[in-house]
Amino acid sequence: MKIVAVCGAGIGTSAILKVNAERALERLELSADVDASDLAGVAVAAADAQVILTSTELSGAVREAIGRSYTEVVEVVNYFDVDEITRLLERSLG
Amino acid sequence: MNLPPLPDDAVVIGAHASDWRAAVREAGRALTRSGSTRAEYADRMVAVIEEFGAYVVIAPGLALAHARPGPDVRREGIAVVTLAEPVPFGHPHNDPVRVVVGLAVSNAEEHVASVATLANVFNDPHAVGRIARAGDAAEVRGLLGLEAAA
Repeated sequence: MKIVAVCGAGIGTSAILKVNAERALERLELSADVDASDLAGVAVAAADAQVILTSTELSGAVREAIGRSYTEVVEVVNYFDVDEITRLLERSLG
Repeated sequence: MNLPPLPDDAVVIGAHASDWRAAVREAGRALTRSGSTRAEYADRMVAVIEEFGAYVVIAPGLALAHARPGPDVRREGIAVVTLAEPVPFGHPHNDPVRVVVGLAVSNAEEHVASVATLANVFNDPHAVGRIARAGDAAEVRGLLGLEAAA
């Protein structure tokens, strides 16, 4: 299983999202690879991913970048709220 | 790898910013003062938000201003600006911003571990409020668990 965390520049925010997504997966006792990507690289990074985590602002651009795909785009409001990320991932993967 | 140090000149307490650009530029000046970046890095942090929107407001009241690694990054650095008056960045949920953290990294892969340290601090939902109310740079360092020098 693969999850991709996406932000505009591919550093900083996506790294925080990656770290907290890994914490959420631990809580759910699920194992998955979590990669960080920038918007420019998301189509390649997410080709074999089940879920893309990103912010509401970027979700439209992410959907456009991946085109027709079965990968689910999940919008995170608070990147530091592991409870929120856990809930979102449970809904997508559970 | 731990977070870079946070010297006094990388901290601005109670800054007055008229809009989000001014708030981001304040963080850019702090990164330049502390020797982490050249002045142009602030322009690139503003450009990231102009291009992609206010997604850098990653939690209520907190903006993580940053840009890609580039020749204007001299060394990895972090800066903290607390705002006297909260400033809207245009985020649908997390506005207004009270704390701007400026981040400059020289290598996109190496910084994940240091960012994990930052995540540890901000996983506490009260952390942003505590930093916003901090009285000086030493208090901010204490809250973030950072050192004044490397």
